[in-house]
Amino acid sequence: MSMLRFTKDHEWVKVDGDEATVGITDYAQSQLGDVVYVELPDVGRSVTAGGEAAVVESVKAASEIYAPLTGEVSAVNDALADSPSTVNDDAEGSGWFMKIKFSDKGELDELMDEAAYKAFVEEQ
Amino acid sequence: MAEADDTGELLLTPLHALHVALGARMVPFAGYDMPVQYPTGIIKEHTATRVSAGLFDVSHMGQAHLQAEDGRHETVSAALETLIPAEILGLEHGQQRYSQLLNADGGILDDLMVTRPASAADDGRLLLVVNAACKEADYAHIAAKLPSGVSLHRLDDRALIAIQGPKAADAVAPHVPGAAGMAFMEARPGTFDGLDIHLSRSGYTGEDGYEISVASAHAETVWNTLAGDERVSPVGLGARDTLRLEAGLCLYGHDIDETTSPVEAGLLWSIGKRRREEGGFPGADRILREIADGPSRRRVGIRPSGRAPAREGTQIADTDGNGIGTVTSGGFGPTVGGPVAMGYVATEFAKPGTALQLMLRGRAEPAEVVKLPFVPPGFHRG
Repeated sequence: MSMLRFTKDHEWVKVDGDEATVGITDYAQSQLGDVVYVELPDVGRSVTAGGEAAVVESVKAASEIYAPLTGEVSAVNDALADSPSTVNDDAEGSGWFMKIKFSDKGELDELMDEAAYKAFVEEQ
Repeated sequence: MAEADDTGELLLTPLHALHVALGARMVPFAGYDMPVQYPTGIIKEHTATRVSAGLFDVSHMGQAHLQAEDGRHETVSAALETLIPAEILGLEHGQQRYSQLLNADGGILDDLMVTRPASAADDGRLLLVVNAACKEADYAHIAAKLPSGVSLHRLDDRALIAIQGPKAADAVAPHVPGAAGMAFMEARPGTFDGLDIHLSRSGYTGEDGYEISVASAHAETVWNTLAGDERVSPVGLGARDTLRLEAGLCLYGHDIDETTSPVEAGLLWSIGKRRREEGGFPGADRILREIADGPSRRRVGIRPSGRAPAREGTQIADTDGNGIGTVTSGGFGPTVGGPVAMGYVATEFAKPGTALQLMLRGRAEPAEVVKLPFVPPGFHRG
């Protein structure tokens, strides 16, 4: 049973047990425009909630992607190297960035649920 | 044209309402509220221009006349030649030329297009098109340097619409008699479905096309007519930038500025032969010395080997890691299908094929100096 959460940096976090799949939201990709490059962390790297974990570049600019949770990177979406536009086409599905084995369940409480995120986007 | 936006201080072009109606994302640029992209997105807009035709609102650019009271081309040319290094005296009627306003050190204050009127009856006049961000400073600079008998007249009540791409000529031909027969860098008055315009066969994308100057009151008519052609797509500033970057064209304030000379920038071709012999333009000492001895640095095309774009400001190193320059424009080239950049490197590293390193987020990424442009030009040579 998975649980979907969101960050104020417009990332989605799908939680399955102690592993979280992370990507950017459809709203985020629409704001970025055409994605042309994604730089992902090495598997096994330790990340800290709020710390830099990846980079996504649109035609116009580079943006940092922050780790939503503290833990260790357990998988990355290597397919994005050859087809970064997947992030535009399917941001909340096959355009995922990384999976994190997270260590502090308490950090989940800091994230928004879908309704809260929807309201957050409408304020933008 | 320059109406103040009621929500702030941004200026609006005569086509502003159309961009908003088209769903464009508007951003502040050079004091104007401008479309950076339409809902289609930058890559599709870029590709549409390369394979068919793109329509651009460039009304934010400065259009002006330089006018000699005596009606002589020699008078107005002599006045402008004290400010720029191009051959203007030798311009033919209806010929357009690219040049740069220079400071006393030979640095570039702005780049501009200069046109001699097509009709001998209009001799004594030159048409100038300057960058939006520089136009107030340019006009003040030019006005302050003019001799008596020559004056500058702003054309703030005119819009400027560019149509660029291999299908641009076909799209314009039904509306503008004679447009198809114009040569690259030719300019003249004309009519667009009967409306008075002035058009040049030139642009900023590396493609064939025109820039159409029209009274602001008729700008929407011209735009809507061309946009109504299924071969033509509206294109924002985002794709304008990727198109000009692939074409190896300088963006003022980035690839050229007050510290760079035309020789360093690879713009020697725009300095007239007579001007190189006679001098008589600002910074001639430096520029003629750089022509004779070679500049210490040069603008080059750079192709990163990987997929990561190298943005403006990226440090350039040699293969041993020694700093040799800086990227001045860089990003993703949709037609190239990968990252492209331009920057300045020490002259010894400027030869195409030279291996470089780009310092990206603390890593050194391999790259190579390449010949500009990145894509072959599609100009109509007539």
